[in-house]
Amino acid sequence: MFWEIILLLLIVIAGTSGELCISRAMKTVGEVKDFRPAAVFRVIVRAMHVGWMWLGLLLSIIAFLSLLGALSIANVSFVVPVTAISYAAGTLGGKLFLGERVSLQRWIGVALVCIGVTLVFIGRS
Amino acid sequence: MKSSSNLHVKTALLILMMVTFGPLGNALLGKGMKSIGPITIQALPDFLHILYQVFTSGVIWLGMLSLMMFLLSYMLVLTWADYSYVQPASSFAYGVIALWGHFLLHETITPIRWIGVMTICVGVFVVGYTHPRTTEHN
Repeated sequence: MFWEIILLLLIVIAGTSGELCISRAMKTVGEVKDFRPAAVFRVIVRAMHVGWMWLGLLLSIIAFLSLLGALSIANVSFVVPVTAISYAAGTLGGKLFLGERVSLQRWIGVALVCIGVTLVFIGRS
Repeated sequence: MKSSSNLHVKTALLILMMVTFGPLGNALLGKGMKSIGPITIQALPDFLHILYQVFTSGVIWLGMLSLMMFLLSYMLVLTWADYSYVQPASSFAYGVIALWGHFLLHETITPIRWIGVMTICVGVFVVGYTHPRTTEHN
């Protein structure tokens, strides 16, 4: 159980930090309006020139390896929903780190997600 | 008005791709990792051997391909939509992963866990009625 919790924490912390870094990098790239493969490829290349993207990818790799470890010892229908606790961290990070204005309604939705995660954890078979 | 409608349509389309490819990838990874066996602290000295097993598994490669599709959709949607909107909205994936776990991997899911998953989906529904962008772009 201890090892499981360590892996789950790594998934949440490294995963959320990585996503925030990737989000910051993609915002500097700008809104995508052309979805043709060549245009999408150019967007990816532009994103790869942003430092935040590399930090985000490194953190995402750590989260991914932790996910593989967790999936080797626990059910996917337990591991994946429990990591939804990152919503609270992500929304807070979006507000503090990316300057997003999070409405009361969105906070209520995130709170419901957190309650659901708690129930998933309690209902562990 | 039309611009706002287009923004919602393309946001919904990419979130649908995320919800499809994300859970499928995780379910395939779960299936592949179960076949490799438990990775514990004691198993860490064999890290390279474990990595070899992971990266020679076809099921895990399929899972990673699916997760790459998820990541591509995710990166694209983040170029215009808020992180704090996209992340919760994509959590419909948690309902889908429970279904994959139950029907594909034959995992036992207790009633309270189903209720938890449904509560997550209600949370997503509430989040879905907020505007996807709250910051101005230059």
